Amino acid sequence: MSDQALLSVRGITKRYGAHIGCAEVSFDLYPGEAMGIVGESGSGKSTLLNCMAGHVAPDAGQVIFDTAVDGPRDTLQMSEPERRMLARTDWAFVHQHARDGLRMGVSAGGNVGERLMAVGARNYGEIRASAAGWLGRVEIDTDRIDDRPSTFSGGMQQRLQIARNLVTGPRLVFMDEPTGGLDVSVQARLLDLLRSLVRDMRLSAIIVTHDLAVVRLLADRLTVMKSGHVVESGLTDQVLDDPQHAYTQLLVSSILQV
Amino acid sequence: MSEEYNFAYLNEQTKRMIRRAILKGLAVPGYQVPFASREMPMPYGWGTGGVQVSAAVMTEGDCFKVIDQGADDTTNAVSIRSFFERTAGVATTTHTGEATVIQTRHRIPEEPLKEGQILVYQVPIPEPLRFLEPRESETRKMHSLEEYGLMHVKLYEDISRHGHISTAYAYPVSVEGRYVMDPSPIPKFDNPKLGDCPAIQLFGAGREQRIYALPPYTQVVSLDFEDHPFEASKADHACALCGAEDSYLDEVIVDDAGGRIFVCSDTDFCARRQEAGHAGKDAA
Repeated sequence: MSDQALLSVRGITKRYGAHIGCAEVSFDLYPGEAMGIVGESGSGKSTLLNCMAGHVAPDAGQVIFDTAVDGPRDTLQMSEPERRMLARTDWAFVHQHARDGLRMGVSAGGNVGERLMAVGARNYGEIRASAAGWLGRVEIDTDRIDDRPSTFSGGMQQRLQIARNLVTGPRLVFMDEPTGGLDVSVQARLLDLLRSLVRDMRLSAIIVTHDLAVVRLLADRLTVMKSGHVVESGLTDQVLDDPQHAYTQLLVSSILQV
Repeated sequence: MSEEYNFAYLNEQTKRMIRRAILKGLAVPGYQVPFASREMPMPYGWGTGGVQVSAAVMTEGDCFKVIDQGADDTTNAVSIRSFFERTAGVATTTHTGEATVIQTRHRIPEEPLKEGQILVYQVPIPEPLRFLEPRESETRKMHSLEEYGLMHVKLYEDISRHGHISTAYAYPVSVEGRYVMDPSPIPKFDNPKLGDCPAIQLFGAGREQRIYALPPYTQVVSLDFEDHPFEASKADHACALCGAEDSYLDEVIVDDAGGRIFVCSDTDFCARRQEAGHAGKDAA
C-alpha cells in the first residue's frame, strides 16, 4: 500500500434541520483497501456515503480524492461537470436496488457499454466486446447480452450493476448495501464475486451495510456509526472480535450464531 | 385580409416574445429555448409550434409555402396555408424557390435552399433524450454538462437488435460540436441537408413549448459509430412519375393486388421535373 491516501474524508457534517445526519466524520482510505461502515438504520451511514459520492452536499467538511490527473483534490469544491466526470471514470456507485443503478429499458450490453460511451467510446465492436467480457467476469451468460435487465433475477441484476460500474476501471467503489434484498445463497455468490474483483482490480471500496457478515468478508477496516457519529473504528476482525464501545458490543452480540 | 385579426393572427406582444426566443435559439444553435406557447386554433400535433414561429417571423412581403411530409396538397398543408392567407394576407406558393418562409412537417425540400429563406419545422418532441431519460430536470442537466453518452446507447441498442442503426427518422445530430438536437421527424435522408445550409432553420414545438434554431452555415453532424457510420438512406428505386433517382421517395399502394409505386415525397420537386420533360416509368 502506498503512503498517499486515495480518499481523505475530513469533518463531514450533514444536518437535516435540527436533526443530525452525520457529524464530524473523518478517515483516510488507502489504495486497495476496503472499508466497511456499519450501523443501524438511521445511524447516518447512507448519508455519509451520499456525501462522499457527491449525491448530497454536506454542510461542512472535505472529501479529498487523489485524482489520476491533478493529484489530491477536494471533490466538494469541484465544479459539477468535473465531479460527474469523476463519478463515471474513477468512481463507481453500486446501489442497494439494482434497478436504481440500471437502465431497465436498455439491454444488458447497453447498460455495461453506457459508461464507455459516456467517456467517448465510439466503436460499436469494441464496446460490445468489452461488455461481453464484463458479463463473463460477473458470471452472466454472454448469450444474454441483448436481454433487458427486467428479465434477469435479482442476483443477476446486481451482478450486472457491478459490471456496468466496473467497466471503466474505477479506482474507488461506493457500495450501498450491495447484498440487501438478496437471498443468502445469492448473497454468498455475490460476495465471493465482489471479493475477487476487489482483489484482482486492486479496488478501493467503501461498503455501507448493516450486515456484519458482509464486512467480515469484504472489509479490511471497519467504522461503526451510531446517531450520526463514529463510535468505533479499527481493523475489521479487531472490532468484531473485541468490540470496545457499548453499541458495537450490542451490535456484535445481536447476530444469531447458527 | 380579414379585419378581425392582428397581422398573422398572434398579437404583437406574443410575436415579440417568440422572436426573442428565436433570437436566443439562433445565438445558441441547437439549444432548446423555452417559450410561452399559445393556444392556436388547431389541435396539438398539427403544427402549433411551427405556426407560431411562422407567424412571428412573417412580414407582409413574404411568400409562404407549407409542406406536409413533402406534399403541398395535403390537409395540414392546405389548411395552414389558407390560415395565413386569411390572417396575414401574404402571398403563398408551392414553389420552393419562390418562397421566403417555408413551414414544413417532417421533410426538407429537395431543391437546395438559399440565403434569405427561412425553413420552419414543426416539432412534436424536441428532446432527443426523452425516451432514454424521462426526467426533464435530468435531460436539462445532461445538455448543460454535455453528457451525451446516452444518445449512443440508443444507437447501440439499434445495432444490437437489428444489426444496423435502424433509427430512420428524427435521427439525432450534434450541432457545432456542442448540443445534441432532434431534427424533428425528418427522414435521415434529409440529415445531410441540415448542415452548412444557407437558409435559417427554426424549430417550433408548441405542446412542449420549445424553440430551437440553426443559423445559416451551421455545422451539423449525425451521430454514429466508427464501425457503423451514418448513412442517409432512401428506397432503392427511381420516382415512378419523374424518374428522379436522388430524391426521397414515398411508397404508394395503387391497387388491391399488391401493386405499388415509388414517387417523390416532394410534390413540388416532382411536378417541376415533369414540367421540364422528365418522365418515370409510370408517367401518364
